Amino acid sequence: MELLLAVTIGILVATSVYMMLDRNVLRFLFGLVLLSNAVNLVIFAAGRLTVGAPPLIADGAYAPDGPIANALPQALVLTAIVIGFGLLAFALALVYRTYMSLGTVNSDEMRIAEPEEAKK
Amino acid sequence: MSWLLVYPIVIPMMTAVASYLFRKSPAGRWISLAGTTLLLFASCLLMSDVLDQGVIAAQMSNWDAPFGITLVADLLSGVMVVITAITGLATVVYSFGEIPKRLEQLGFHALLQVLLVGVCGAFLTGDLFNLYVWFEVMLIASFGLLVLGGSREQLDGGIKYVTLNLISTIMFLTGIGLLYGITGTLNMADLHLAVREVENTGLLTAIAVMFMVAFGVKAAMFPLFFWLPASYHTPPVAVSAIFAGLLTKVGVYSLMRTFTLIFDQDIAFTHSILLWLAVITMITGVLGAAAMNDFRRILSFHIISQIGYMILGLALYTPLGLMGAVFYLVHHIIVKANLFFVAGVAKRIAGSTELSRIGGLYAHAPVLAFLFLIPAFSLAGFPPLSGFWAKFIVVKAALDLDMWVVAGIGLAVGLLTIFSMTKIWGAAFWPDHPDGIKPRLSDIPMGHRMALMLPIVALAALTCIIGLFPEPFVQFAERAAGQLLDPSVYIQTVLGVQP
Repeated sequence: MELLLAVTIGILVATSVYMMLDRNVLRFLFGLVLLSNAVNLVIFAAGRLTVGAPPLIADGAYAPDGPIANALPQALVLTAIVIGFGLLAFALALVYRTYMSLGTVNSDEMRIAEPEEAKK
Repeated sequence: MSWLLVYPIVIPMMTAVASYLFRKSPAGRWISLAGTTLLLFASCLLMSDVLDQGVIAAQMSNWDAPFGITLVADLLSGVMVVITAITGLATVVYSFGEIPKRLEQLGFHALLQVLLVGVCGAFLTGDLFNLYVWFEVMLIASFGLLVLGGSREQLDGGIKYVTLNLISTIMFLTGIGLLYGITGTLNMADLHLAVREVENTGLLTAIAVMFMVAFGVKAAMFPLFFWLPASYHTPPVAVSAIFAGLLTKVGVYSLMRTFTLIFDQDIAFTHSILLWLAVITMITGVLGAAAMNDFRRILSFHIISQIGYMILGLALYTPLGLMGAVFYLVHHIIVKANLFFVAGVAKRIAGSTELSRIGGLYAHAPVLAFLFLIPAFSLAGFPPLSGFWAKFIVVKAALDLDMWVVAGIGLAVGLLTIFSMTKIWGAAFWPDHPDGIKPRLSDIPMGHRMALMLPIVALAALTCIIGLFPEPFVQFAERAAGQLLDPSVYIQTVLGVQP
């Protein structure tokens, strides 16, 4: 199971790095989405994987009976997903506005804020 | 449980909500002003408590550390919160004279307050994942402020700012995940103890470098700074000023916190990387500034070079070095925000920030010229201003370790800083305006003039006070550095046990 997750994370990161090297800002963002998902899996795997032991405490008891799955990474991943969703929604809207206003999604052509020095 | 730790986060949050509700009416900006004043008051109370007790901590929802989220204030956190409130207040006052109604109605003040929430939260938290959350709060507010109004330059700069900062965020999150995986805790005080029991120290060093990259992007360290000069000159001046003053410093603060409290295992490796990166950051920043021809773009590059000095202080890892870093941090926030404010007034009366298109400010606005010289000389490190002491301590710390090259570069960069300040002076203040305009301060309506000049005068006065009476500030920085190097009190206060 760990091996499967590790390979999945590796493939996700490789794909996302490939996409983030593109000049097209939209592709870059898709790469970023993949990368943030890969990181969520990293956190999940870092909390150790336990199969078939939900972190539930029996009625009336104060502590779980025997070893259970670690619930904290899931809480962290959930937070990270929510935050990542908000940021990426913003970034997509920003790219769209930029495209409407500058007419390009090619990062090489975005030189409005830093214009090239006038050629002598 | 001390409520004082909660106020600097709750006050701006409430202010943000209230000023958003009243964004369409003039009441919104007065609410923002009142809220920030209250924040300054609350942060001073917090500071006096911290000065009394050394370190104070509060466990949120009464979940004991390391299980719950802890808010902690030591001297460094305390002074950073105070300086955040001061910069926030200066920015709000300045925005009265600069920010047009249209941007206020879009929610300028609400975003500014959310930014303050994020910054204060990042300074006060004692939990690594919580730090990530505050970074995000700060980041999303800064995204909004940066592109508010949506001009072409802002969108262009915004794309670079947003994308590079998102990468840093993801890097930070990965580091947190892996660190949790090998230690099983996220509480920073607990991490200090837990990393000592990790057997695979190589893995720990790898994670440390991940944090270095993540915070390095935020702090605009070489070679990760490209988003900063691409974006900081595009938004309204009030926004650039608070960004320039505060945001990169949150990165530096986080570096100082994590690389003294958590990653002090392999100092020979991690801190020598930091040392050389700091030196290169100083040089690149100042050379970049020398190549620029725009008031705000020169200042943006100077942020980078000054960040180098702070990281240098941390990398030296001696009491004197860290003391210099703390002093530099505080001095730089005041001076840099002030220079941006001056650039804004120059733009308002002379019509541009491009050096070739302005002039005549010395002849027609001598007050502004004088107020430019104070922070400019302070930035370059002229005695008796605050920058002199900051540079003096850092360079002295390098000399004490016989690092002649590093100290020499630090001094040379100071010299180049004067060069680019002279460049601004020689183009914007000295010669006549190319279009024959006479840029006078009296051209600005009275109310706006007061709002624009008040923060500049106040921050310039603060620079002079720190410069002329450095003794209490230096002693304070010494105590703060002592706490960073020996975190036993911090750990005892957070965990309630003797480490």
